Amino acid sequence: MTKKIIKSSVQDRRKVLKTLGAGAGVIAGATAFPGLIGYNQVHSAEPIKIGFQVHRTGIGAAYGKWYGRTTAAAAKVINAGGGINGRRVEIIAEDDGTSPKRGAEVVEKFANQLNCDVGFGTLFSHVVIGSAPRAGELKLPYFVVSEGHHVASGILNRYTLQPGITDVKSQVQAMAPFVAKNLGKKVTMIFPDFAFGYDHRDYFSAAIEKIGGDVIAKIAIPPRESSFTKYFPKIPKETEVIYHVMVGPAVLTFVKELGEFFGSKRPEIFGFIDSLEAVDLASPGLEFLEGTYFWEGNPRYAQSNQSEYDKFFRASVGVDNNGASLADSKDVATYAHMFGCWETLYVIKAGMEASGYRGPKDRAKLIEAVEAMSDMAHSRQHPQGAKRFNGKTHQVFGHQYITKVTNQKLVLAHTTSIEDTYYPDEVDYTKQSF
Amino acid sequence: MELGPYLLLASLEGAVQAAVLALTAVGLSLVFGTMRVVNIAHGEFFMLGAVLAWWLTSQVGGDASIGFVLALIIVPIVTGLLAAAIDWTILKRLDYDPEATIVATIGVLYIIQQVTLMTYGPDARPVPPPFNIRITLPWFGYSGYKLFVIGAAIVLLLGVWATVSKTRIGLILRATQLDSDIAQAFGIRVKRVYSIVFGVGAGLAAMAAVLIVPIQQAHYLMGGDPLLLSFIVVILGGLGSLRGTVVAAVLIGMSDGIISVFFSPTLAKILATLLVASVLVFRPQGLFGKRPV
Repeated sequence: MTKKIIKSSVQDRRKVLKTLGAGAGVIAGATAFPGLIGYNQVHSAEPIKIGFQVHRTGIGAAYGKWYGRTTAAAAKVINAGGGINGRRVEIIAEDDGTSPKRGAEVVEKFANQLNCDVGFGTLFSHVVIGSAPRAGELKLPYFVVSEGHHVASGILNRYTLQPGITDVKSQVQAMAPFVAKNLGKKVTMIFPDFAFGYDHRDYFSAAIEKIGGDVIAKIAIPPRESSFTKYFPKIPKETEVIYHVMVGPAVLTFVKELGEFFGSKRPEIFGFIDSLEAVDLASPGLEFLEGTYFWEGNPRYAQSNQSEYDKFFRASVGVDNNGASLADSKDVATYAHMFGCWETLYVIKAGMEASGYRGPKDRAKLIEAVEAMSDMAHSRQHPQGAKRFNGKTHQVFGHQYITKVTNQKLVLAHTTSIEDTYYPDEVDYTKQSF
Repeated sequence: MELGPYLLLASLEGAVQAAVLALTAVGLSLVFGTMRVVNIAHGEFFMLGAVLAWWLTSQVGGDASIGFVLALIIVPIVTGLLAAAIDWTILKRLDYDPEATIVATIGVLYIIQQVTLMTYGPDARPVPPPFNIRITLPWFGYSGYKLFVIGAAIVLLLGVWATVSKTRIGLILRATQLDSDIAQAFGIRVKRVYSIVFGVGAGLAAMAAVLIVPIQQAHYLMGGDPLLLSFIVVILGGLGSLRGTVVAAVLIGMSDGIISVFFSPTLAKILATLLVASVLVFRPQGLFGKRPV
């Protein structure tokens, strides 16, 4: 009996080894030709390993899915163009469950087990704030795509950078003049009850007060809430503008219930598209949004002045002119945010090339090279628009878009300048040692 | 907003919550009352109901009401059959041992949740309501569908009550609940009753989910809250007492609605938990439960 078991397990092991060998052959075969250009160089070295911390599950899942698709598309284009420093880019994705605790573990795994060169791609601010300290301790460059003001506020560290997406403070500051001038000055804010929402609350209130407006009510909603009507009676009667920004799986319910509550007798509404990211604007119950305004990091619908770069980006990721997947028109993208992954990967590439990055011992040089960056031109590498990076605060600044719901589509109404989004530096990370 | 309309809105919100909660918790209470099984996977049957409703309505196409009616009939049956199969393959093998079944249903919870994640995915998906009527009041608008949910839940609960107290099946059920050994001695096939009860309990949760999913959205993690609230309701009402469950659901639902609107949702949760704690201390058998002899 015992003999038999041993024998069969040996056979099994052999079988497993064989299968593994065959699998490795297939993978090698598939990866040997990542594009004809730069084949020799790409083949000659170890890949650059980019640890991709992705919200595959949990409340950030819709974003995670599209961050994943965008990252894969960018890596494909980069590899087709010869990779980074002649080395192939390999994306190693790990799910963090949109949880700060798991996030820190994922960062640790990137640094200690998977031998990643950098960590990349985190969105939700509580996960970034939970993970960044560990990245700093492990000296792993950590490129977040999060929008939170936590990078530029100075609470993180020299290893954490946000070079591919603008932060909430700069966004809301650029929105406030538009809101006050076109919609009204008495604003009620509805926002999620965690760091990202507080950024909105604090910086928008400050920005609109500076130009004579007033936030008359601040309504915080827990991010896991599933029913919202009970919060709406707290909106004061004299409200001229409702400012809403919501995240999580229940965003559609939130906006629908807002519509049920107000109907056609609504005040002006200004929303961050986060409230409807990955949701079809033509969903039943959203008709009341007609004529309201949204902030968009990058316009979901292809605009009349669409750039060649946006066309290329859309086609590469597989998104149609309505911001939905080419494969399934009901699968709507998180278009206002996901460009950040694309642009951040290109910043990593530029940084590694400028610093002659060869391996983990050059990590400090990589960070210095990124810190030295400034203007980034509107290009295929930066399809959302031109940007300026601030090496001291580790934060990029760029154009913001305001669109108006017109015939159930978002049509561009205003584009801010980059200067509209500036604020004084709050930190100088370059003074911190490595 | 003035106090009157404010209170009206709060009561409406509370009533919707109470309706769905009662339907979900009655299933849990039925299972515990008859089988003495604490079903930790109950919330996942709720979630499964919502996900299956999404799947069915997206397959059917045509007018939203057709898919909805089909879902309301088919989804609870499918979920109930699955639950009965789980009873047959797992709980029965454990001889309905109270501790072992708790662990087993925790396992079932994770299996259902993760299989849903692997197949249906992590997205929240909407199910269109069977009709879109907005009731316009002078102070605010309200979803007509939400009022329908309240009505439907009342009808379904009356159905459960009538079945348990007026039919032969109900008699068998009550006999099994009272003393399963003696019921068996009288020729009742207790294990089969258990399977049916487990299936019906899950089916009720699924039915509640079909009703709620046009208001919320189907999501693989949506089973957590209903489970927690159902437990609160069942403990409050007295384990195994249908009347107690319904009364407790109305109490928790309405107070949650009203406290959430006037103060904060967090305070509502704190008070509900406090209430449960004090019931456990001062009246451990629940408001309507019978003191064990």
